[in-house]
Amino acid sequence: MGSLRALSVSQQVGLLFVLLFGVLTLVTVIAVSGSVRERDARAQTMFDRFVRDLRAVWLGAVLFWVSWASGAFVSTLLFGVLSFLALREFVTLTHTRRGDHRSLLLAFFVVLPLQYGIVATEHFDLFTVFVPVYVFLAIPVVSAFGNDPQRFLERTAKIQWGIMVCVYGMSHAPALLLLDLPRYEDRGAFMVLYLVIVVATAQIAQELASRRLRRRPVARAISRSFSWRAWWIGALSAALIGALLYWATPFKPIPALVMGFVAGGSGTFGEFVMKALKRDAGVRSWGGRASVTGAIGLLDRVAPLCFAAPVFFHSVRWYFGFR
Amino acid sequence: MKLPEVAGLFLAFLARLITGAQGHWHGSPPKAEQRIYFANHQSHFDWVLIWAALPRELRTITRPIAARDYWTSSPFKHWITREVFNAVYVSRQRTDDEDPLEPLMEALRHGDSLVIFPEGTRGNKGDPAVFKAGLFHLAGAFPEVQLIPAWIDNVQRVMPKGEVVPVPILCSVTFGAPLALQPGEDKRAFLERARQAVIALRSVA
Repeated sequence: MGSLRALSVSQQVGLLFVLLFGVLTLVTVIAVSGSVRERDARAQTMFDRFVRDLRAVWLGAVLFWVSWASGAFVSTLLFGVLSFLALREFVTLTHTRRGDHRSLLLAFFVVLPLQYGIVATEHFDLFTVFVPVYVFLAIPVVSAFGNDPQRFLERTAKIQWGIMVCVYGMSHAPALLLLDLPRYEDRGAFMVLYLVIVVATAQIAQELASRRLRRRPVARAISRSFSWRAWWIGALSAALIGALLYWATPFKPIPALVMGFVAGGSGTFGEFVMKALKRDAGVRSWGGRASVTGAIGLLDRVAPLCFAAPVFFHSVRWYFGFR
Repeated sequence: MKLPEVAGLFLAFLARLITGAQGHWHGSPPKAEQRIYFANHQSHFDWVLIWAALPRELRTITRPIAARDYWTSSPFKHWITREVFNAVYVSRQRTDDEDPLEPLMEALRHGDSLVIFPEGTRGNKGDPAVFKAGLFHLAGAFPEVQLIPAWIDNVQRVMPKGEVVPVPILCSVTFGAPLALQPGEDKRAFLERARQAVIALRSVA
């Protein structure tokens, strides 16, 4: 794989996309040829879910390709839109009251654009403190002006948590685009792609493993599928894929392995936490099915990324000794 | 494409961006038949939500009801209700020689579909208020027009009374099976049945 490292940036990117779309096409062809086979009802629903997930992956891959082709600004914008949709779904699931109206407006129309604006203009000092410090203090102030003391702490905490995960967490993904890594200029898109691939790998591997293994779940009330062994399989698969992709990253093979493990593992935890949240909100359906309010299950898909991105971002910065 | 059309598409896009405006059809497919949709009323946003939840080809033939004195009071309000939404204007002041339902009947004779909120005013949370008689009279005068109940969910959180900027929160509109006036059915019984049909959609959604 050393020779792969020697390729130019555009050659590497091209290769990566050819690989990605090649694998996707292969999987799709197999799925389509298998779709005519007869199944019992349970297998059919599983197959349907698989097809829906596959469609989501296609959409994600195409979006990636578009954002890579059109530069850092457009990808930041794209992640901003994704963040908006995720936050919208999060707020739908939590119980807010009339007094929260202004705080929510602040979150959606001020905090979110500002955070992504800070990413786009590369103010990294402000980027890391803006939400955890300034927004953290501003939201309860605005909420208090709403003149509603009922469950005040609970409501503000919910809004803040939503902003932290959906806006702050997610914004670390486009921030990778703008890191100035040594001998790795203008290749940030790789890092984002690397992150998404390892997180998705961990997700899929963990899902498959938990279906096959039927281990005792760690927290039955929250998720029947989450078990420690499945988590390890997910994170280790992410590590393996991460190591295989090392030629496209600024890492050496072993650090690439560790990075994959860290990102994949934290992403899987993110999905687990989102399941707890949905259970709390009383949503039973999981994934692409529309629920009462028309929530479309985007949050489930991006939650792993929201959890993995900040961890990955800071791991990268520590690895290269940024202060 | 003309300006009102563009404005309409933009508004529908905005409504979908903010609320998702998901339409769920239970019991009646979205078809281009002449219909009266009747729904619960909780916010100023209700009409836009139903309108955005309809498929695009149904939007042009489905018209809202607008109070003439308010919606013609400024050129912009007048333009948006007349050109974009193609609203049916009704006057709130009652005069003796004029039937307040006449503009609605006129539109129905013309073959258009209508969206009405039979509660009359915006309600609070909980069950919708008792329905006004207009729905009964329209059902009696136009038996061939389908009456479709609709339940709008979550919209009061998007824009509570007194606020001007909507918060992005997902909403859905559930359309139910058509309802018909039974021969000889009493006015109050029919209105209550219609109200229950709307309420029943809350749990279907």
